[in-house]
Amino acid sequence: MATKRVTGSQAVILSLLEEGVDTIFGYPGGAIMPIYDALYDFDKQITHILTRHEQGAVHAAEGYAKVTGKAGVCFATSGPGATNLITGIADAQIDSIPLVCITGQVASPLLGTDAFQESDVVGISMPVTKWNYQVTNIEEIPEAIAKAFYIAQSGRPGPVLLDIAKDAQVQELDFEYKKCTKIRSYISEHPVDPFKVKEAADLINEAKKPLLLFGQGVIIANAEDELKTFIEKTGIPAAWTLLGLSALPSDHPLNVGMLGMHGNYGPNIKTNEADLIIAVGMRFDDRVTGKVSAYATNAKIIHLEVDPAEINKIVKVDVGVLGSAKKSLPMLTLNVKENKHEAWLQEFRDCDKIEQEKVIQKDTFPTKEGLTMGEAVRMVSEKVNNNAVLVTDVGQQQMIASRYFKFTQSKSNVTSGGLGTMGYGIPAAMGAQLGAKDRTVCCFVGDGGFQMTLQELGTIVQNKLPVKIILLNNNFLGMVRQWQQLFFDRRYSFTELQNPDFIMITNGFGMPAHKVSKREDLEAGVQKMMEHDGPYLLEVVCEKEDNVFPMVPAGASVSDIILEA
Amino acid sequence: MKQEFIITVYSENHIGLLNRITINFTRRKINIESLTVSASAIQGISKFTIVVNETEDRVKKVVSQLEKVVDVLKAFYHTNEEMVYQELALYKVQTESLYESDQIEQLVRKSGARILEITREFTVIEKTGHKTETQKMFDDLSQFGVLQFIRSGRIAITRDPIERLSEFLKERDALLESMD
Ligand SMILES: Cc1ncc(C[n+]2csc(CCOP(=O)(O)OP(=O)(O)O)c2C)c(N)n1
Repeated sequence: MATKRVTGSQAVILSLLEEGVDTIFGYPGGAIMPIYDALYDFDKQITHILTRHEQGAVHAAEGYAKVTGKAGVCFATSGPGATNLITGIADAQIDSIPLVCITGQVASPLLGTDAFQESDVVGISMPVTKWNYQVTNIEEIPEAIAKAFYIAQSGRPGPVLLDIAKDAQVQELDFEYKKCTKIRSYISEHPVDPFKVKEAADLINEAKKPLLLFGQGVIIANAEDELKTFIEKTGIPAAWTLLGLSALPSDHPLNVGMLGMHGNYGPNIKTNEADLIIAVGMRFDDRVTGKVSAYATNAKIIHLEVDPAEINKIVKVDVGVLGSAKKSLPMLTLNVKENKHEAWLQEFRDCDKIEQEKVIQKDTFPTKEGLTMGEAVRMVSEKVNNNAVLVTDVGQQQMIASRYFKFTQSKSNVTSGGLGTMGYGIPAAMGAQLGAKDRTVCCFVGDGGFQMTLQELGTIVQNKLPVKIILLNNNFLGMVRQWQQLFFDRRYSFTELQNPDFIMITNGFGMPAHKVSKREDLEAGVQKMMEHDGPYLLEVVCEKEDNVFPMVPAGASVSDIILEA
Repeated sequence: MKQEFIITVYSENHIGLLNRITINFTRRKINIESLTVSASAIQGISKFTIVVNETEDRVKKVVSQLEKVVDVLKAFYHTNEEMVYQELALYKVQTESLYESDQIEQLVRKSGARILEITREFTVIEKTGHKTETQKMFDDLSQFGVLQFIRSGRIAITRDPIERLSEFLKERDALLESMD
């Protein structure tokens, strides 16, 4: 490749182009101005989305990464710009989302002098990044960016941050780009050990009541088909974690629903009846396991996992199969016998019947006066033929949407799982829409979380992103209120909100909005939103004190899941 | 049960890595009893020797987290019994107290310590050993007045006949090659 004399800033943009970047979310400021200046000449190749807050940029980058599987890229200036990214970076770290964050930094001679807008971003972001690096020498720019993309996207993905000193942005170098394909100290993916596969297959062939639990690892590895082939051959019921949603169609006969605190009754209660648990690309989060000492008490455990540190981290496993699910699942499929577990599967259907009667019918087809979140979610899901990208914020609406929204294709669920970041939804939805331009993006958000990042409505309107926002307004910080009701004697300490006129606010941003508070208006409201060409907000006034059930109370065993209060 | 473990980390010699490594301990509220960082026998590779008092389960988990750090090549953990280890201590005493009796000289001889420097005012004594030994020396010298005392972090070497790092690097190179 012929070299070309360019500035550090141009090298940054050229490197991003080499990595196939087409979208950047960001916010300019002093220390990153040279890079923004270089970006000005590349508006044909790269769409830059100017958010209204750096937190919006980083969550948007996460949403983009979730639906595309590619690294989301964001820019921020030094000091406050960079620190505003931190929540989103922490979110991406715990949810294994590939991000490349580029921050400007004060010129290298000023480092450590408390210069204007200097903050130790490498230090601050260290605990929440997969890797980070400060570039002070211009020659390092292409290599650092190549490394950043390789690390962010390979193995178990995660966020990386590059902090580029302003002097390095303006000096010149001979630009040459080489993609990074390996790093001596970093093995992204270990080869699958065939002996472990054999051990696992033996356990599977013997099991009477096997249950497969799958998480986001399946989606990251693009192993959805491999998963399906495996369960269809073995007839093993499969349950998804919150982040595993959409990896298998919702209506697949072996899909027995969601694990976790507000997951489905069957998969939770059956975890302790199963004699074998096959965990694929999931990490036994405490919201999934409940009380660990009372978890999977009758089961041997097989764990298919790409990250060696996850095996035996929370639960002791009988067989750990290290490596990508894309590789280990087909090897496993080859080694297992064809099987059917009809009676065992029937037990899940029986559980579902109980849950339908006690919870789901009441949630999704209520007869009481007030609107429920469940009926709104069901209605939206039906209107999009169960084939949209679901984006949720955090709280009751997140759990309800995750329970009742239905999926047809993978990479259709965007939510903040590990960190539970309120304010994630709206910006993540705009990133998801940019990553999946041809798909419908439906974002469910509570009245609390909406007010954390609602300024991004401006970004959505400016960029004409046709996001459908469903604001489920219960006038409370609902999930916290639910806990107060159940575990704190109904002492509603600081959870009631005096809300603004959301319709007026949304209209103020130039976005059409409509409010429904009666059941008979709901369907028409949803219909109108879906027919509207462009972004739209539908406010649904919900029952104020509804609760999400089933629930595994904090600290309880999955067997102690409750269906009603 | 908590006991002393020696964690050895081999890493690329990159800036900020000490921080990346120690935050893994801080985050889990594990106290680092001793820490030594230096160049290893192989050029460009640093070696961290970290002593903690913890349960084996927690040590095992922190070690697997350390191995996840991108610039870390390999991390091991061992019990004290599995390693030969040393610390170095320096003691500064008044030279006058050496003249007053032969007790300090006896101490130095008996404990295998040595005198590094003698000036008109002070004498520097060096002793290597386990912490209990360097501590005993300090206690014994205390009656004569110790002007200054400093102890290094621990360094340690396995009882294995093979050099673990070079073995590991060979395997790693093979693995990287197989990935092409
Ligand atoms: C940034 C942040 N702050 C606080 C919390 C704690 N929290 C979890 S759910 C919740 C209530 C959310 O209320 P709302 O957005 O109205 O949604 P709802 O639960 O009513 O659906 C709160 C405060 C959080 N998850 N994130």
